[in-house]
Amino acid sequence: MWSWVLHRITGVAIFFFLLVHILDTALVRVSPEAYNAVIGTYQTPIMGLGEVALVGAIVFHAFNGLRIILIDFWSKGTRYQKVMFYVVIALWVLTMLAFTPRHLINVFSH
Amino acid sequence: MSATLDAPRTALRPARKRGVNWEKWGWIYMRVSGVVLVVLIFGHLFMNLIVGDGVSAIDFAFVGGKWADPFWQWWDVVMLWLALIHGGNGMRTLVNDYARGPRIRAALKLSILAAVAILILLGTLVVFTFEPCPVGQPADLLPSFCTA
Repeated sequence: MWSWVLHRITGVAIFFFLLVHILDTALVRVSPEAYNAVIGTYQTPIMGLGEVALVGAIVFHAFNGLRIILIDFWSKGTRYQKVMFYVVIALWVLTMLAFTPRHLINVFSH
Repeated sequence: MSATLDAPRTALRPARKRGVNWEKWGWIYMRVSGVVLVVLIFGHLFMNLIVGDGVSAIDFAFVGGKWADPFWQWWDVVMLWLALIHGGNGMRTLVNDYARGPRIRAALKLSILAAVAILILLGTLVVFTFEPCPVGQPADLLPSFCTA
């Protein structure tokens, strides 16, 4: 059940970020100054932490989505759905361990 | 006199027996687009957050450098279409599950549809009408190839 709840919550969060992200990127069509001013706010420490949360949501939604596909199409998918959820969590931890230090160095050292 | 209750998860209206089964194609779309989006979005995050100085290197010149290449234009446009429709259909599922009342449901779904349609149009126009070297702009804000 928690995989289902988390899939919905991360999905909604990613959707609303996507709406904002398309609008901020569209500023490249206004002027270089306008785009740089807004993208500069993505490079602050608070937003840097927010980006860790965003990537965490995306990585969970991606891995759990692949798990859902395996449950639907792999003949043994339902039997291994719980094991696959633990695999999703393990892969999520590994991915975030690789991403988070790298990203925070980029955010806090510039 | 006994009250009758619908079976759990009984649809508001019975499924159509004829014509295109849109719910089935929506179900298939979520899975097919999901697999493609994993590749496109992980690649997007790698190029923009991991390579080089990551998020701190993103500015107009960075975007200009990427979108000067049709490969990244198409990467981003395909990602835009697939992600917005995937997300819009997911939000529709949540409205179907949680929103009460036909008018609120219709209003929410119309809002989702409008947001998705407008942003697909806006995003596609931005990517393909983008000018990496706009005239009259300070050269230090532009990609390095603009002055070459």
